[in-house]
Amino acid sequence: MCLAIPVRVISIEGDEAETEIAGVKRRVSIALTPEAKVGDYVLLHTGYAIGVVDEAEAEETLKLLEEIASLSEVHR
Amino acid sequence: MKFIDEYQNSELAKGLAKRIATQSTKPIRLMEFCGGHTHAIMRYGIRQLVPKTVEMRSGPGCPVCVTATADLDKAIALAHLPKVIITTFGDMIRVPGSYSSLQQARAEGADIRVVYSTIDAVEIAKANPEKSVIFIGIGFETTAPTIAASILKAQREKIENFHVLSLNKLTPPVMKALLDLGEVKLDGIICPGHVSVTIGSHPYEFIPKNYGVACVISGFEPLDILLCIDKLVEQIENGQPGVEIAYSRGVKPEGNPKALELMGKVFEIGEANWRGIGAVPQSGLKIRREYGHFDADKAFSGLLRFAGSDKPAKEPKGCRCGDVVRGAAMPPECKLFRKVCTPERPIGPCMVSSEGACAAYYQYESSSSSPYSSPLKGEVR
Amino acid sequence: MGQAMSDTILLAHGSGGKLSHDLVQKRFLPFLANPALNKLDDSAIFEASGRLAFTTDSYVVNPIFFPSGDIGKLAVCGTVNDLSMSGAKPVYLSLSMIIEEGLPLDELDRVVQSIKTAAEEAEVQIITGDTKVVNQGQADKLFINTSGIGIIPLGIDISGANAKAGDKVILSGTIGDHGIAIMSQREGLRFSVPVESDCAPLSKLVSQMLEASSRIHCLRDPTRGGLATTLNEFAQQSNVGIMIEEDKIPITEGVRAACELLGLDPICVANEGKLVAIVEPEDADKVLTQMKQNGYGRDAAIIGEVTNDHPGRVVMKTKLGPSRIINMPSGELLPRIC
Repeated sequence: MCLAIPVRVISIEGDEAETEIAGVKRRVSIALTPEAKVGDYVLLHTGYAIGVVDEAEAEETLKLLEEIASLSEVHR
Repeated sequence: MKFIDEYQNSELAKGLAKRIATQSTKPIRLMEFCGGHTHAIMRYGIRQLVPKTVEMRSGPGCPVCVTATADLDKAIALAHLPKVIITTFGDMIRVPGSYSSLQQARAEGADIRVVYSTIDAVEIAKANPEKSVIFIGIGFETTAPTIAASILKAQREKIENFHVLSLNKLTPPVMKALLDLGEVKLDGIICPGHVSVTIGSHPYEFIPKNYGVACVISGFEPLDILLCIDKLVEQIENGQPGVEIAYSRGVKPEGNPKALELMGKVFEIGEANWRGIGAVPQSGLKIRREYGHFDADKAFSGLLRFAGSDKPAKEPKGCRCGDVVRGAAMPPECKLFRKVCTPERPIGPCMVSSEGACAAYYQYESSSSSPYSSPLKGEVR
Repeated sequence: MGQAMSDTILLAHGSGGKLSHDLVQKRFLPFLANPALNKLDDSAIFEASGRLAFTTDSYVVNPIFFPSGDIGKLAVCGTVNDLSMSGAKPVYLSLSMIIEEGLPLDELDRVVQSIKTAAEEAEVQIITGDTKVVNQGQADKLFINTSGIGIIPLGIDISGANAKAGDKVILSGTIGDHGIAIMSQREGLRFSVPVESDCAPLSKLVSQMLEASSRIHCLRDPTRGGLATTLNEFAQQSNVGIMIEEDKIPITEGVRAACELLGLDPICVANEGKLVAIVEPEDADKVLTQMKQNGYGRDAAIIGEVTNDHPGRVVMKTKLGPSRIINMPSGELLPRIC
């Protein structure tokens, strides 16, 4: 249960933020993520940001995936 | 699209698939508890990427599929009340209740509007002060905080004609109920990704502890799901079930404190009726008395009784959605599957919803290399 | 003195009297004028010979104005395209409007302008028409029906039943633009997209394709129900299998993002200025080259082929390798949360 996609925060007014993904813009509520800042990516679910994306962790995960692939000798 | 495209890389997927195949030496059964996962697994053909030793079953993770027929009947009855506007997520519109559906009710003149967000329902209430706007609140812990926030917003803005029919449910209790039922032996659970953004990883700790079942929280892109399966296989092969987060860019162990706070402020936990499972204690969210004004159950139950809308709920004859939702039956084991029940003419919710196991299975059933191998012999009682 | 000046459509505009007459003379004729229409006889008289194609379609789109288009443009392009998909050169259109009482006249004027512009681009004449006005609430602002006549050149035989194993499947451009442009205007969805409707007349594109090859077996424009529906229709009509590759399907980032946001599958989303062609394999490359030289085919691509496997079914090889069956979408396209 959970269609939520990462969108970038462009501006914040009170408990709402203007967000963007690939040029698609949508106003979202940040009532659940008051700590969100301009430039952050948040997970958008039914008009609300439900969490802030941890970009450092995202990098770590990708590194891990690349390591796994190179160890499997498939990644060239 | 950032944080999406990188996790769809086919070279990295091959690498993961290879590692899973290398690690997996014995047959195991995994279950996902999230309709979004059921859909993603189908969309990306994950079953075709994992070895035959890994069997995957869908659990009760589709909020549409687990909504009790009686609750849907109630929503449809509410739709027929005068001066009522029903607002609902699109997922619910086509689901058949005992006698009708929201789509059918709309064709009969009921004012039913699909909304993308609960906020839109609040806006509709604001724009139609002379009507009552009832929002059908389905979903799990991903959606519940958004509904709570909308109720608080309606309260702040003094929007008195906004109501919620709270059918929200909780994930860990139904996991426990299914494990206690013991119908289907599970080795690992693909834990829901966005539910966990809200609740974190601690609520799953009882599962490896009390049942010896491995738990890994997964995201929704193909690499996320494969990474989750990789970690589950590792835990199971090593005989060390635990709880791990394979979606660390979204999930923290403590979850989202603000979301939990708002959820707890507006809702309290009570029993809920799950299709196919029945009453599960402490698994549903009811609106607290302080916010009782927004509770559609309280505001309209009298009217419903008066209108005589308490016909008994009935399941369509032969429909095995209940069994499918528990993972106790695979879709083709239902006699109606494909012969009578199709996406164009669905009998039960598992075929209507794009997250339902039957709808997902339907996409594969005549593929020559169907990844749905028959259930592990002797494992399903 | 006649009726007081009104800036909206009144029931009287549809009742055949002076107001009706004025509507046609002042608001339609100056823009759609041609010898047959100007006569304003009960029937338009014309001569035509050869194999004729005849089609009709009604347009009830809501909202009537959307990014890069409106119901008028749609009504011309939709019918022109239906004729083109049979290989016919569209020549004449009829135009029938059912207007809801209260529609602002300036909105009607905008629609008529769009019809004029689209008809000029498609090189068709509107030679007969009709106008009715209904009470408020009985039509969603404006409904339009257009019927069209086209002439099929000799030697052309295009039909959904003609696909053969080995044929290539060509898509003329990006999918999902129209459907997403419409959805973004709907109440409750409130997102702004860098996506415009792709509504366009494809008659010139088709005639250029037919010049490149006489072995185009099937043509169809994937409107409601999207690419998934059109491919399934071909597979069933021709009793063949169709295999396509997901990463060959052209799609803009904006449409991809909007579909992810709403939980929609882009291959099920409507298009109004695209076509699918099934072509003899040896001719596929030259047809593709020709298409790319036309503005409406600049993103054209070969996306798959016809096969003897799984007759009646459409299968898509996904980005990561596994294949999945593409069924015809059933029912309305609805945003989902899960």
